[in-house]
Parts: sequence; structure tokens; C-alpha cells
Amino acid sequence: MSYQERRSLVNLISTILITLLYWSYMFQRYPQADPYSPEVFHFWGSFFLILIPVSIVARIVIYIIFEIVNVIATREEEAGITDERDKIIELKSNRNGLYLFMIGFVVAMASLVASQPPSTMFAILIVSGLATEVIGDISQFIYYRRGF
Amino acid sequence: MASNPISNNIRRLRFDRDEMTQKELAEKVGVTRQTIVAIESAKYSPSLELAFRIAHVFGVPLDDVFTYDPAEDTIWKKKK
Repeated sequence: MSYQERRSLVNLISTILITLLYWSYMFQRYPQADPYSPEVFHFWGSFFLILIPVSIVARIVIYIIFEIVNVIATREEEAGITDERDKIIELKSNRNGLYLFMIGFVVAMASLVASQPPSTMFAILIVSGLATEVIGDISQFIYYRRGF
Repeated sequence: MASNPISNNIRRLRFDRDEMTQKELAEKVGVTRQTIVAIESAKYSPSLELAFRIAHVFGVPLDDVFTYDPAEDTIWKKKK
């Protein structure tokens, strides 16, 4: 398995782990109030705003650990270059993920039209965000696995 | 997967240059070894710039490294 394939798998596992751990932590703090109350909107706003720095810091830590373990296990230092094929694979993977997010966004808006509470809309957005990352990482792994 | 109309002689050219390794070639043209593997196995067609760089490393014209077969190109197959 190449360095890029291993990195894609680590990204995939870390995305799922970070999101699930964050969800389980935050949902314990879900306000027991009217679904349309300001506390509920405050909760969802802070949910998204805190997720961004938590996700960035956790990814940096995981990436550093991965690099150290990779060098120890394979005894080869990666040049750290990103070439034209890497860039195309990244673009194609992001495109695949974003297609899914567009569908998720439409479904989230449709839930409001169907008179569902705002929590349903936010939950759909979060699930689409996770699915976007997962599909992007899986696509990247497949593209690297088959050569392009 | 669709067949690639572009084939190459990189493996033979490496062999002729004192069995240059894929890693050595990758370092000379500024890409990863996996990209050279993908090009050699015709899974990835490089940019024109990278193709010229590879030809330059071997000191041969571009069409000695890469060959194009229109019969394998899907764009012509569709028009037939």
C-alpha cells in the first residue's frame, strides 16, 4: 500500500472518529427546550463553530502521529511533494464529496418545507458534511489504488 | 475502465539508462514514484510538461517515449 493510500485511510478513520466523538459529547448538551426556542439555535450555532477548530487541531495531531509511525514502520521518508496527479485526484475526490453535499443541502431545505423542526435540518446538514468527507476520502483511496 | 490511447516506453528507456529506478526518474522530473508507476502502467496520462521532462531526462524526442494510437481513442470510436 502506497503512502497516499495509507494517508487516505487515516483521513477516513480520523474523520469518522472525530465526528462521532464530537457528536456523542455535544448531544449530551442538547437543550431540552421548545424546538423553535433561541437555545436550540444557540446550540446548533456553537455546534458548528466549535467543530471547526476541534476538527483542525485533531487532524493536525493525527497527521503528525501518522507521519512518525509511517517513517518508523516503513523506514522511508516521504519527499512531501504534491505532484499533478495528486492534485487531480484531490480535485476529483472533492468533486465527488461535494455532489453529495449538494444533495444533502437540498434535502435539508426540503425538510423545512415539509414543516420539520430546525433540528432536523441541522442534523441533515451535519450528516451530509460527514458523508462529504467520507466519500471524498474513499474516492481518494480508490483513485490511488487503481492508479488514477 | 476505458483503454488508454497513449502508451509509453519508459520501462525500456529506464532499462537502457543503466537500469534507472522509478524513484530516480521520479526525483529527476519532480513527481512521486507512484506517479511514475501509474504512467508506466498506462493508468495515468501525464501533462505535456511532465511528458517533455521525462523525454528530456532520457535525451530522446517525445514520440520516442510516448506513442498515440487513434484506434484506441474513445473520441474517434464514438464518431465512427
